[in-house]
Amino acid sequence: MMGAVASLFRREIRLSLRVGGGAMMGAVFFLIVVTIMPFAVGPDLNLLGRIGPAILWTGALLATLIGLDRLFQADHEDGSLDLLTMTETPLVVIVAVKAVAHWVTTGLPLVIVAPLLGLMLNVEPGALSAVAATLLVGTPALTFLGAIGAALTVALRRGGLLVPVMVLPLTVPVLIFGVGATDAAITGPVPMSTPLLILAGLTLLSLVLAPIAAAAALRLALE
Amino acid sequence: MISHLGFIVAAYSVTAAVLLGLVVWVIADGRTQKAALAELDRRGVRRSAAPR
Amino acid sequence: MIELANPTRFMALSERLMPWLWAVAALTCAIGLFLAFRAPADYQQGQTVLIMYIHVPAAWLSMMCYSIIAISSVGTLVWRHPLADVSAKAAAPIGAAFTFLALVTGSLWGKPMWGTWWVWDARLTSVLILFLMYLGLIALWRAFDDPSRAARPVAILALVGFVNVPIIKFSVDWWNTLHQPASVFRLDGPTIDNAMLWPLLAMGIGYTLLFFALHVAAMRNEIMRRRVRAMRVKAAGALVAAE
Repeated sequence: MMGAVASLFRREIRLSLRVGGGAMMGAVFFLIVVTIMPFAVGPDLNLLGRIGPAILWTGALLATLIGLDRLFQADHEDGSLDLLTMTETPLVVIVAVKAVAHWVTTGLPLVIVAPLLGLMLNVEPGALSAVAATLLVGTPALTFLGAIGAALTVALRRGGLLVPVMVLPLTVPVLIFGVGATDAAITGPVPMSTPLLILAGLTLLSLVLAPIAAAAALRLALE
Repeated sequence: MISHLGFIVAAYSVTAAVLLGLVVWVIADGRTQKAALAELDRRGVRRSAAPR
Repeated sequence: MIELANPTRFMALSERLMPWLWAVAALTCAIGLFLAFRAPADYQQGQTVLIMYIHVPAAWLSMMCYSIIAISSVGTLVWRHPLADVSAKAAAPIGAAFTFLALVTGSLWGKPMWGTWWVWDARLTSVLILFLMYLGLIALWRAFDDPSRAARPVAILALVGFVNVPIIKFSVDWWNTLHQPASVFRLDGPTIDNAMLWPLLAMGIGYTLLFFALHVAAMRNEIMRRRVRAMRVKAAGALVAAE
């Protein structure tokens, strides 16, 4: 089974990195969201520095959502999803592997560019690493929660806008503890480890539970 | 003299409007479905043995 | 439960039950209102405490209704019971309406108490997210062309949401204590006096009965709607076959 998992992982990465795979779309969207913010709140560097971590987290949250429709849709259309369900590997594992690969190609770039965008927002150096660290811990949870939405809407023709509507309310805890941990690192009063550990707990929980729900939804769509 | 009378009246009227709206909607919807069933019955459409 | 397990039996039984349910719900609500308007004004909140009697029951129902949807969803996924899906689908718009009422009355209560229409108070914020979850459920229902295919996907989403409710509640509480501005008036206020407890209890029971009356009526409508749909599809099929 490990061989199958590894080859599926390699396939997913290769598919999303090639032309039309859309791996970089999330990072570009992230850049655009962050660019738009100063136009809305004004170029006051002190204000931007203060709300910078929140802007980065909101931008990353939205950027995670836009690539989600690709997670299962393409495989559903060309029939490879049917083939994948017929293999010996449990569908739960397949969903988890696809979600992890999706995070590596769409979530990880966000974590890498976040400190650079933070510099533009006058976020102080100490906070930059905190933002990157919390995004690294928290974005997998966003991808996994999003995988549920992507699986539920895979057979729908009008699924595009539905995924954010369903998924965004569920991401509120991740956002709260992600920004909370960043703020704790900068200003306190709680030590950063408290919210960060809760954030890690949320990620692990979604890592276990979301593939189960998403696999159940995919089975329904394939009936 | 009742303090903040406006807020109390507003809260009670919104509640009454929404709850009455629900009741009216449920009853009207029930009438529509009943009429549709009767109409189908009149046209002689019969339900199959095992309805969903 | 076994008696009710068949849609036809449910229709027959509920038809006899409905008038009574409406009557008892209306009577309890009337008693609750009567008690509420006779209850003394709170020394701190004055007469605005009258809003509490319609706000707290709405908030209570917003949570009870989501629980009913979640329980029904288990019935849909595990036993594939047709009535479970009907129950969840009928409950969603009613629950959304009660959640909306909890938000609006909370806001109308907050304005004289806090001086603003909206405070990012832990309770209000949790209820707001619950409202968004209701809207997500309804949106997913409406996205399916064939309503019979919507049942189990929506049940999955409802259960995922139900697992999330305590996590959201916990995180919003944590977020709120972190950002707590000086001292705001809490909606739960001081310990509730007995004179206020009885009308509140009566209103709570009245709202709950009203919810069940609405729910059973909406379930009956949904069953009839499905029958109409099935018969129309059948009639259309017969027409095509005849040509």
